[in-house]
Amino acid sequence: MNGNSPIISINSVSKTFPGGVQALDNVDLEICEGEFFALLGPSGCGKTTLLRILAGFEIPSTGDVFIDGKNMHRVVPNRRPVNMVFQSYAVFPHMTVADNVAYGLKVSGAERREIPGRVQDALDLVQLGEYGQRRPGQLSGGQVQRVALARALVKKPRVLLLDEPLSALDAQLRETMQLELVRLQQTVGITFVIVTHDQNEALSMADRIAVMDQGKVLQVARPGELYEFPRDRFVAEFIGKTNLFEGTNVGWEAGILSLLVNGLGRVELPCAEHLNHDVGLAVRPEKMLLLDERPDHGYLAFEAQVEKIAYYGSESRVFLATNRGLALEVSIRNDTRAAADEQISGLRWVAWRPEDTLILPD
Amino acid sequence: MKGARRSYGPLDYGRRLWLRITLWLSFVFLYAPIAILVVYSFNDSRRNIVWRGFTLKYYERAWNNDSLIQAFANSLTIAFFSTLFSVLLGMMTAVLLWRFRFPAKAPFEGAVSLPIIIPEICMGVAMMAFFARIGWPAGLPWPLNLGAITIAHISFSFPFVAMVVRARLARFNRELEEAARDLGASEWQAFRDVLLPYMKPGLIAGALLAFTLSLDDFVITFFTAGPETVTFPVKVYSMVRFSVTPEVNAASTVLLLITLVLTTTAILLQNRSGRD
Repeated sequence: MNGNSPIISINSVSKTFPGGVQALDNVDLEICEGEFFALLGPSGCGKTTLLRILAGFEIPSTGDVFIDGKNMHRVVPNRRPVNMVFQSYAVFPHMTVADNVAYGLKVSGAERREIPGRVQDALDLVQLGEYGQRRPGQLSGGQVQRVALARALVKKPRVLLLDEPLSALDAQLRETMQLELVRLQQTVGITFVIVTHDQNEALSMADRIAVMDQGKVLQVARPGELYEFPRDRFVAEFIGKTNLFEGTNVGWEAGILSLLVNGLGRVELPCAEHLNHDVGLAVRPEKMLLLDERPDHGYLAFEAQVEKIAYYGSESRVFLATNRGLALEVSIRNDTRAAADEQISGLRWVAWRPEDTLILPD
Repeated sequence: MKGARRSYGPLDYGRRLWLRITLWLSFVFLYAPIAILVVYSFNDSRRNIVWRGFTLKYYERAWNNDSLIQAFANSLTIAFFSTLFSVLLGMMTAVLLWRFRFPAKAPFEGAVSLPIIIPEICMGVAMMAFFARIGWPAGLPWPLNLGAITIAHISFSFPFVAMVVRARLARFNRELEEAARDLGASEWQAFRDVLLPYMKPGLIAGALLAFTLSLDDFVITFFTAGPETVTFPVKVYSMVRFSVTPEVNAASTVLLLITLVLTTTAILLQNRSGRD
């Protein structure tokens, strides 16, 4: 976001492991300078392999990786302008915190006199200024992670790679560290590439997100765009909650697509493109309204029976079923104290605006 | 129930009389001979039967027995070099088996631990035949004349080192090494700064093991030793063939002490490495 020139270019990279497992399938990706970029996907989608290719621990079977304009083909990990925060943090247990942070400077031949000052600056940056002489074994999980961060950042890499950096922390600490990482990234201005399977983590931290599945990049977009305009069924289902319907195409005429949806009946949607195949429809639960009466025109509305309510504090999720057996999920905000106590039951009208319906071509 | 036996809890086995007797008999047969050996090394008598009062003169006599001291020096020299090379070879074998996948790895692994399994006597005979067949030069000046024995010792010691080190490597987090590489270390630097410190307790334990194995090996040494290359255990054996003098007791006590100290250190070090 801060700059537009790509610092990382991944050009048709594929990776097949010995034994025939294909981890990456023709991946193209550009990551911009100063960006907080997230690789998001379920486990086994190839996101970690891609990160390890950037770090130099895996070699692509085909394709090229450019970092800072240079082709990384045959460039060993210790000669790349990137540093990594490992999932296990990999802080050296036999060295003090300060020695851990100094290690990268020592082995890459930094000016000896400069090392203590740079180490102290890095430790101050992650708020561990007082902990230099401790051993990693004496630190908490969150502190060890900060050591790993300081150790990687002290080398002033062009890109910082983070492999599931928050997965080992408990829920509360994880939220604090999400904000902390964003603050850190803005302070140092280094490009961050983070691998995560947690959509909330990616949505809340990243400038842009690449959603991956089965070795392919499905969509690259800003968080809001990804959530509101997922380009395919997997992305729509993986990011947030969604109501997904199957629509049989019964005709397109003058910008109106007519569909027959199992469990709902006939649905007409505005659609600029002339489609002549069946489509999937996706509606976010919070875009749906729960009404006592059938709304005026301008809404798609269906009658449904309330089956269950799940209370989440700020919102509640209402699970309904239409009389033809289609399950719907509607999210309602508990914006007053009264709303939280409200008992919803019986037959209700579920309504949403046609333009809030996403048409997902198969 | 008629004649119900007293029941014992799971940790009460020690209360059963026959178990207690077995336990104490085991202790007696294990340690009484050793205790007698040590006690009679201080006995002021030429024979090992009657206690005639305390003396250190047999230690003095052992110390002044040139051929015994020569044998002792031989043993220590052999043990030193055998340990050095066993640790190097064992470490490299452990790293190789831990890190790489290669064809015939399983047979290779089995072949490496073969010297641990095969009877010492077979190995001794094999070594003797081997050195005779290749015409290993005899009559070299000291300490080169110990070469054959040292090689034999290395060949049965390094698998122990490899096993100890490999057991430790199995719990190594590979991301540590990758982190070092990522921070700018070459492969060699990462090995030196991360893998080696991690292996260190295993290497020390393996070294002590190799040292004691070499120091008190008799069978294989007996077959590979020449007339000028007598080691301590072989010398003791030859002395015993004439008569069991307190001098032998004294020398054995010293050897026992060395072995005991080294083994204890090895165990302590291994316990410490298990806690890291």
